[in-house]
Amino acid sequence: MAKMMYREAVVSTIAEEMERDERVVMLGEDIVGGMGTAGGPEAIGGIWSTSTGLFGKFGKNRVIDTPISESAIIGAAAGLALAGKRPIAELMFADFIGVSLDQIWNQIAKFRYMFGGKTKCPAVIRMAYGAGYNAAAQHSQSVHQILTGFPGLKVVMPSTPADVKGLLRTAIRDDDPVIFLEHKALYGMSGEVPDGDFTIPFGHARLSRAGEDVTIVSSGLLLGFCEKVADKLAAEGIGCDVIDLRTTSPLDEEAIIDSVEVTGRLVVVDEAPPRCGLAGDICAMVAEKAFASLKAPPLAITPPHTPIPFARELESAYLPSTDKIEAAVRKVLGWR
Amino acid sequence: MQLSREALLRAYRQMKVIREFEERLHVEIQTGEIAGFTHLYSGQEAVAVGVCEHLSVDDKIVSTHRGHGHCLAKGCDVNGMMKEIWGSRDGLCKGKGGSMHIADVELGMLGANGIVGAGAPIAVGAALSAKIDGNGKIAIAFSGDGACNQGTTFEAMNMAVVTEAPCIFIFENNHYSEHTGVDYAVGTAKDIASRAEAFGMPVWRADGTDFFAVYETMREVLEYARTGKGPAAVEFDTERFFGHFEGDPQRYRGKGELDRIREERNCLIKFRASVTSAKLLTDADLDAIDKDVLDSIDAAVEAARAADRPTPQDVLADVYISY
Repeated sequence: MAKMMYREAVVSTIAEEMERDERVVMLGEDIVGGMGTAGGPEAIGGIWSTSTGLFGKFGKNRVIDTPISESAIIGAAAGLALAGKRPIAELMFADFIGVSLDQIWNQIAKFRYMFGGKTKCPAVIRMAYGAGYNAAAQHSQSVHQILTGFPGLKVVMPSTPADVKGLLRTAIRDDDPVIFLEHKALYGMSGEVPDGDFTIPFGHARLSRAGEDVTIVSSGLLLGFCEKVADKLAAEGIGCDVIDLRTTSPLDEEAIIDSVEVTGRLVVVDEAPPRCGLAGDICAMVAEKAFASLKAPPLAITPPHTPIPFARELESAYLPSTDKIEAAVRKVLGWR
Repeated sequence: MQLSREALLRAYRQMKVIREFEERLHVEIQTGEIAGFTHLYSGQEAVAVGVCEHLSVDDKIVSTHRGHGHCLAKGCDVNGMMKEIWGSRDGLCKGKGGSMHIADVELGMLGANGIVGAGAPIAVGAALSAKIDGNGKIAIAFSGDGACNQGTTFEAMNMAVVTEAPCIFIFENNHYSEHTGVDYAVGTAKDIASRAEAFGMPVWRADGTDFFAVYETMREVLEYARTGKGPAAVEFDTERFFGHFEGDPQRYRGKGELDRIREERNCLIKFRASVTSAKLLTDADLDAIDKDVLDSIDAAVEAARAADRPTPQDVLADVYISY
């Protein structure tokens, strides 16, 4: 085991995979940082420090610093993948899917299906998402509820450094296109990461806390909030299963159903807006498939149906908090 | 440089295959047997063939919604394509793509594309792959005068220049983006090539209804692009013999326009006149190809009509490799 930060897990995994497989290439804005300046290449090294040192190690052919052209970044990743490479494209902020969405959902996601299963598109699209930096409406969003809805994409949302390592390895080695969502408020999180060439399969949730009274489902930053609530309630003798989805596409329905069949109570905590979202989707799935087990209505805890506000007080009020999560858990417990 | 007799025969055959493929679809679509939207390439054959005759299987092309010509010129199987357009499970894409999404990635044909302007960034990626491999291969983005107005095309051109990608942007100016004239929609005095030039790459311009003009231009362009100098662009002035889509009433056409372009701007007529007057080929040589091609299209249509239909279970196949 080695202790490393979430962001270090990202860059070390990319480096290892580029070392292992020469088809792996990386492209994105400022991933080298400083190109064409007096400071020279690697003056910055990526604003999230998720590509530090890669340019020096692998050179400009495999670490491609691009202009601010998100459609061209994702489109080029599509072309690289069709031509036999294994590109890792970085969108600096997940919010920028808006300017590159055609290449994501009409191109990369659909090639295999449209072309009759005769091709593959092994592209990874990494992006920093989520609130917590007071970056306001256009630099804070959680976009998984949009991307999870697109057939053809796999969507990954690691919540720990160890999961970054195991899931990113799987993503880069996967022959299908993968969206890899890195929560920007977790980049500085430290954690133990197993040694060796371990991978984590997609579609297998992780049980981060075990209990028999309530099932809490979450991912990313809010998973940690849910763990705090579970730990607090455990002191009162209330047991929570806390399920970290790890991937939202594929979704580990079985882990959720199995847990709800024991607890009979479900709270889904998600950072995306409420309408047509993951939380409601999971609640509906449980209502359909585990109705007989339910002792209370499934509850979805999400931000409100608003853009993400700027001021500290407003962003705090916007995000699901530990208080809101705890209240939801107590509400389903008190149903009957 | 003089083309061999074999090369001339082959070029004519390729153009004729595309022409008859499209002319036949124009007839068959009216029977209602073919589903969906179909955009025909008739009139532009000299571009697809004049370009693709220079390419190997390892050179990549990305096409447009008007993609049948590019597919056939790059080597896609006529029968497989006809079956795909008919929606057969034996089609090139098992009936999942249809006219607008035919691809044969193994042949370097990275897909027709239903989104105008989506192809250019993909071609840049394929070109970057060739650059990484350092193998002298190139990628081509076929675009029209419609796609030349999309931001994706601009992004792609700039990124190709910045990354020195061996990407060739080919603009087939057929004077209509859907139902809107190039006079209205292209702001740079109807001139598309100057836009590419402004992004920092050399450009060529040629008559896209003259196979020999296309072929000779592409010889120069490819010589440039294959030697690591970065991207290039070409604007071919060409003609679209049918509407934007099949069923388009074409009320935007001028009086007598279609008859005129079919007579004066017809690459097959021009080719025949050129090679027979130079005594390189005879009318009999070309007539034999005409007959042979018509027979092959007949056979392809019959095969498509008789081919297996997809089953409801096929809906679920091939979304993912594993899930």
